[in-house]
Amino acid sequence: MYQTTYHRASSVDEAAALFAKGSEAKYLSGGQTLLPVMKQRLASPSDVIDLAKIKELIGVDASGDTLTIKAATPHYDVATSDAAMKAIPAVAYLASLIGDPAVRYRGTIGGSLANNDPAADYPAAVLALGATIKTNKRSIAADDYFKGLFATALEDGEIITAVSFPVPAKAGYAKFPHPASRFALTGVFVAQTKSGDVRVAVTGASQSGVMRVGAIEAALKANWAASSIDGVTIPASGLLSDLHGSSDYRANLIKVMAQRAVAAAG
Amino acid sequence: MGVEGIGASVVRKEDKRFITGKGRYVDDVKLPGMTYAHFIRSPHAHAKVKGIDASAALKLPGVVAVLNGKQIVDDKVGNLICGWAITSKDGSPMKMGAWPAMAPETVRFVGQAVAVVIAESKNLARDAAEAVVVDYEELPAVANVTDAIKAGAPQLHPEAPGNQIYDWVIGDENAVNDAFSKAANVVKLDLTNNRLAPNPMEPRSAVADYNEAEEHFTLYTTSQNPHVARLVLSAFYNIAPEHKLRVIAPDVGGGFGSKIYIYPEEMVALWASKKTGRPVKWTGDRTEAFLTDAHGRDHVTHAEMAFDANNKITGLKVKTYANFGAYMSLFSSAVPTYLYATLLSGQYDIPAIHAEVIAVYTNTTPVDAYRGAGRPEASYLVERMMETAARQLNVDPAALRKTNFITQFPHQTPVIMAYDTGDFNASLDAAMKAIDYAGFAGRKAQAKAQGKLRGIGVSCYIEACGIAPSKAVGSLGAGVGLWESAEVRVNPVGTIEVLTGSHSHGQGHETAFAQLISERLGVPISQVSIVHGDTDKVQFGMGTYGSRSAAVGLTAILKAMEKVESKAKKIAAHQLEASEADIVIENGEFKVTGTDKSIALPMVALAAYTAHNLPDGMEPGLKESAFYDPSNFTFPAGAYICELEVDPATGKTSFVNFVAADDFGRLINPMIVEGQVHGGLAQGIGQALLEHAVYDANGQPITASFMDYTMPRADDLPSFKLSHTTTLCPGNPLGIKGCGEAGAIGASAAVINAITDAIGKNNLEMPATPDRVWRTIHAA
Repeated sequence: MYQTTYHRASSVDEAAALFAKGSEAKYLSGGQTLLPVMKQRLASPSDVIDLAKIKELIGVDASGDTLTIKAATPHYDVATSDAAMKAIPAVAYLASLIGDPAVRYRGTIGGSLANNDPAADYPAAVLALGATIKTNKRSIAADDYFKGLFATALEDGEIITAVSFPVPAKAGYAKFPHPASRFALTGVFVAQTKSGDVRVAVTGASQSGVMRVGAIEAALKANWAASSIDGVTIPASGLLSDLHGSSDYRANLIKVMAQRAVAAAG
Repeated sequence: MGVEGIGASVVRKEDKRFITGKGRYVDDVKLPGMTYAHFIRSPHAHAKVKGIDASAALKLPGVVAVLNGKQIVDDKVGNLICGWAITSKDGSPMKMGAWPAMAPETVRFVGQAVAVVIAESKNLARDAAEAVVVDYEELPAVANVTDAIKAGAPQLHPEAPGNQIYDWVIGDENAVNDAFSKAANVVKLDLTNNRLAPNPMEPRSAVADYNEAEEHFTLYTTSQNPHVARLVLSAFYNIAPEHKLRVIAPDVGGGFGSKIYIYPEEMVALWASKKTGRPVKWTGDRTEAFLTDAHGRDHVTHAEMAFDANNKITGLKVKTYANFGAYMSLFSSAVPTYLYATLLSGQYDIPAIHAEVIAVYTNTTPVDAYRGAGRPEASYLVERMMETAARQLNVDPAALRKTNFITQFPHQTPVIMAYDTGDFNASLDAAMKAIDYAGFAGRKAQAKAQGKLRGIGVSCYIEACGIAPSKAVGSLGAGVGLWESAEVRVNPVGTIEVLTGSHSHGQGHETAFAQLISERLGVPISQVSIVHGDTDKVQFGMGTYGSRSAAVGLTAILKAMEKVESKAKKIAAHQLEASEADIVIENGEFKVTGTDKSIALPMVALAAYTAHNLPDGMEPGLKESAFYDPSNFTFPAGAYICELEVDPATGKTSFVNFVAADDFGRLINPMIVEGQVHGGLAQGIGQALLEHAVYDANGQPITASFMDYTMPRADDLPSFKLSHTTTLCPGNPLGIKGCGEAGAIGASAAVINAITDAIGKNNLEMPATPDRVWRTIHAA
């Protein structure tokens, strides 16, 4: 690791001010990606500003038709949150599948979404549920947030403060983990909104990061049943292909995981 | 058996320090004035080193030196050696390319060191390494044997035309051809045995300290055999004469074979310490472990088996290409020959066997012995073959094995080994009962109703352990003898120290070896210390590998122990004014049998050291040593059966049950044995389902971290059901066969046999990843 200066911010405003002062500052929110990258000397931030101890950024709250997860809430807290399990159990379940226990105790939803790893779990839930990403500057709709591999709509220095999920009528997540990394080799989140709309988002499979799958959405909108996906064909083009999963295998997994997510959603 | 004697599952003495973070590993060593080494490694699989410019690095803060391959060659540090000479079928010696500790001219695998930075801290060394400019001229590279043997393939070493190291044969080819010409059925099989990265928990590390005034080196290193390291460093690498070189292998966090060898990094650390006049520490990171720890396996094999009309095997012929990587590692040559082809008879009475093994250079990390070393490759071949044959001959796989089991002992195979004892039917019966083999068809039908493909797979392995009778291995080309040494010291107040040439890097010797002393003398194991791993403390010994430490190392301790007992009995008899023949040892007391007269061990020891009243002519003291050279290999064997389900939609395998019935001879500590089996099974299952060290066509490793290389984790593994069917080994007085490698040797065939049974297709390579299984299920 290269030399860096660590700051523990106590408020969002302080963190933003520290970021503005640093020449090549980075926010740290759990560090499950940033720290390994720094250890391998692939990143050399001048300043690391830790958001994970900012009290106003931690907590899970369900009120009315919205589940709000504050940005620095660790995955373990979400996975075990009564509010999350009651409002959108599929989100709590998804959090319980991220990485391993050590990752879940440190990693946060804000960190995951700001990094936007193409195989991370949370982007699938955020996109499928049509969540809103709240920052210290604005609110960003999920459909406008994800911009490809490791790219987001966040501006330089912008801090995610919370994610608001509209509570759906039904939702389910099914993940086929990458055998080595335990990221999603393919993960599918399916949601039926209270107004009857269907959104399906896939992580881990696409060369362009998390994506919606119109063909499955249409099939499920016509008939919300796993069997209605039987006839859907997922093209392998544009999908990732590597040692652990060829593109046609991932195309198969999109279908199979979507069916299992529907079954889990009930 | 005493409460802490042989056969007792005593809790391991060493675990308190390990699980409370109090172990002392090489990287914990801190010496005054110590510097840190960071290696500059080739990013290319094959390249000429045109120049190394360290001028900018040398100006950076804290940089002590930047040293390169030309300098180490100029200083006459020897090239790395291979310690087992193999002769090709045409009578020519193996063709070995030169391997200097750092590459002066040519790099031949990604990760090979070309230079080293010595600096005041680890970070400063890394900073400086980034400022060193190496000018490479890339050369074409080749990463697999199939391409490496083709005409026009990139050539690695001028010494080895066609990249061929040797073309070695064993067995009677005419007899095999005769068997095939008369065969009622012939079964053919093509197999790949996937390359593995060993990945012990502790990465390799070395601390070298040169004392100029004494012209003496001390090396702390992660070694399974510190004496062998000293021998090789002294006799072949010209570091220092043996008495001027102390090698210490303190607590070592796992080895699995990968820490047998003396690597370039230890050589460079020693040389650099002398050159800089400062102690030098190097500790590898995980990526360096993937790039430079000797890999395991990597065979491509075609095999054919002949059967008569009664389904008796009449012949086996095998042709194997073994990928050696870019250089010949220390014992690499022996692995696919004498540790592999000599086990091709498996548990079966096969009258004729012929095997040809072609060793090939490629631009990859060197390959050497890894847990099992040749025997997993042999067992995988034989057991995949038996399963394939059963399917082709349409007979039950267990029944086909029973038809062909060796039942009379001793049994001379056509490939050198003489099996001393065993009961293969007993272990297979025990495994079949444990898994309810008879009820499998019903369970398969039930699973099918739920959309799952259920399979069962048998693997009956045998291995040659207790390595090894020195005369025998010497006649086969080994450069060393493979006996073991021991010294048993009874201290003046009756505590006992045992100095062993074996080395524990996770095996539990400090407990298991003490149990023998407890058994013989009736003292608690808390009064016994096992001393190992330091060439200044312990007499020359051969170290730990090949499941040899109990069968060979502990037998050496027993021999020394018997001498101690004999002398102690003489002293006790003298003190008690009794006949030596009437003295018996019970619960730490020397008793005159049939009387109430006795003397406790501490009093015997004290008498030995005060020497006030010893039998006439007896030397003072109570300390004896022994060297033990086994008369034969030992032959652990057993039957593993795996039952699993495959999800046809994803190709994912889920274990239902995994049973192991092993015959290890006498068990010293059944709990430790169980742990060894669990670990071995995890590695065997890891090979079958998860692990694969992969290179692209240009020799770039694509699995150099745990993000890509799948190490087995607890949730990948079933809960194992273990049992033992024991026949005592006649070759050593304790009847021990060894247990360290069995799981890794036997498990992978059981898993693949079960998956291929489940999916109804026989062609499936390891690792059977979900993608690969799914593809196989849905292939036309």
